[in-house]
Amino acid sequence: MTETLYVQLLDLACGGLLLGAVLVLWRRELSVIIRMFAAQGVALAALVAVLAAHQRSVDLWVVAVGLLILRASVLPLLLARALTAAGPARRETRPLVNVAASLLAAAVLALLAYAVSRPLVALAPSPATQAIPVGVTVVLIGFFVLVTRRRALSQLVGFLLMDNGITTVGFLTTASVSLVVELGVSLDVLLAVLVLRILTARIQETFGDADLDELAELHD
Amino acid sequence: MTALGVVGGIAQPVLIVAGSPVLVGVMRQVRAHLEGRAGAGVGQPWRDLRKLFGKEAITPAGTSEMFRAAPLAQVATTLVVALAAPFVTTDSALGVISDLFAVVALLAMGTTVLALAGLDTATAFGGMGASREMTIIALVEPTLLVAIFALSVRVGSTNLTDIVSATLHDPARVASPVSLLAAVALVVVVVAETGRLPVDNPSTHLELTMVHEAMVLEYAGPDLALVELAAATRLAVFLGLLANLFLPWGIATELTPIALAVGILALVVKVGVLGAALAAAEVFMAKLRLFRVPELLAGSFLLALLAVAASFFLA
Repeated sequence: MTETLYVQLLDLACGGLLLGAVLVLWRRELSVIIRMFAAQGVALAALVAVLAAHQRSVDLWVVAVGLLILRASVLPLLLARALTAAGPARRETRPLVNVAASLLAAAVLALLAYAVSRPLVALAPSPATQAIPVGVTVVLIGFFVLVTRRRALSQLVGFLLMDNGITTVGFLTTASVSLVVELGVSLDVLLAVLVLRILTARIQETFGDADLDELAELHD
Repeated sequence: MTALGVVGGIAQPVLIVAGSPVLVGVMRQVRAHLEGRAGAGVGQPWRDLRKLFGKEAITPAGTSEMFRAAPLAQVATTLVVALAAPFVTTDSALGVISDLFAVVALLAMGTTVLALAGLDTATAFGGMGASREMTIIALVEPTLLVAIFALSVRVGSTNLTDIVSATLHDPARVASPVSLLAAVALVVVVVAETGRLPVDNPSTHLELTMVHEAMVLEYAGPDLALVELAAATRLAVFLGLLANLFLPWGIATELTPIALAVGILALVVKVGVLGAALAAAEVFMAKLRLFRVPELLAGSFLLALLAVAASFFLA
């Protein structure tokens, strides 16, 4: 792979990651949010695949395939099943911060991410490290989704967005992540989603709704 | 000013003014076909314009010169953009006027003038339409500036002709995240600014949802014809800018008859395809609630801002 093609594919995958995060923030329909999360998983796997092709590393190829299976199909599938179990409430109807304001907040978060990751990029400037701000932006947007959404499912997607961002930064900064470490992290995430899914289902069963703001105070 | 620029400066306004009503006709025809209607035919907008131009000029009592000057001002600003921006040739007849800031300011001025005319009639609809249009343009203009600015960062010049020639020499740029994010942002603002679905419905006179129609409700005869012509040319200009900023291929770079013919043909095909795609997409879309429009525009502003950030950091 030539150097320019590598840089271009890398940037394109980063653009896809960014776009996925923005669309999760933008859309209200929970099924669309899950689809956008799956698309972001594909972009993440593509990013790792580009790095693998550049470094000619078999380990990274395996990781890329693993990420594609986990983040673009298994996790979205689990989320989609949780959604069908969640009953008729299919929309994030009233987030704590309205959508227009949260999009503008995301713009501020993106600039913040670029500002704070400049020293990191300056340590070893290369096409891969220059994309670190994208990963940090995804982390920040994920955290924003996590704190401003009311539905358990969209909070879960926010958590997973953060994890996608952290993984991105991890792959962009280190020369190669050990296969074992990546496997451990992936299994952790899978376990977290399984546990949270069961928790959501239980909340749903007990209270008839998965709006977490309703659980802020005690009732008889 | 070069010979190529002068030829482009003559060919572009003529082509855009003559072609834009046909573009509107094509878009209506595409829509009619997809909805299972026969449609009025591609030439209908021109026939409407001819009929309106033949009528007596009449203005409502109590309106000022603003009302009478607004259609002319809107046509004039659009014509200057059609003359200066790179549509058929990469060279501009007016040099500095093809600058990004000048072009966006001229287009925004056309909108503002029409909103003032809407206020001038002092009718409820005129005021309502003007206030809605101002809400939209306040969000559209920064996005338009920032999105095109993202493309200009790598070129090192805000002149549209330079941006187009740079993309022409380095086609790989088109597939970069900067271009993609800026393209999505620009498509949204172009749809909003030209009053298409889902922001405004161009084919309705339903009071509660109108934006553009509400402002021009009081116009009749030749003035209405000018307003309609201005709306059509603005649509063509925006689609032409969108096409040439991201897919500039075919544009004439030298002064030969073949290059010019190819340039004209490329513009017609690109704008025609974009217009048909827009009309086809509209069939599957419902109009957005007015209060949801700022959300859409804030999203496109975010994408434009990310494009600028990416052009500084990823490059």
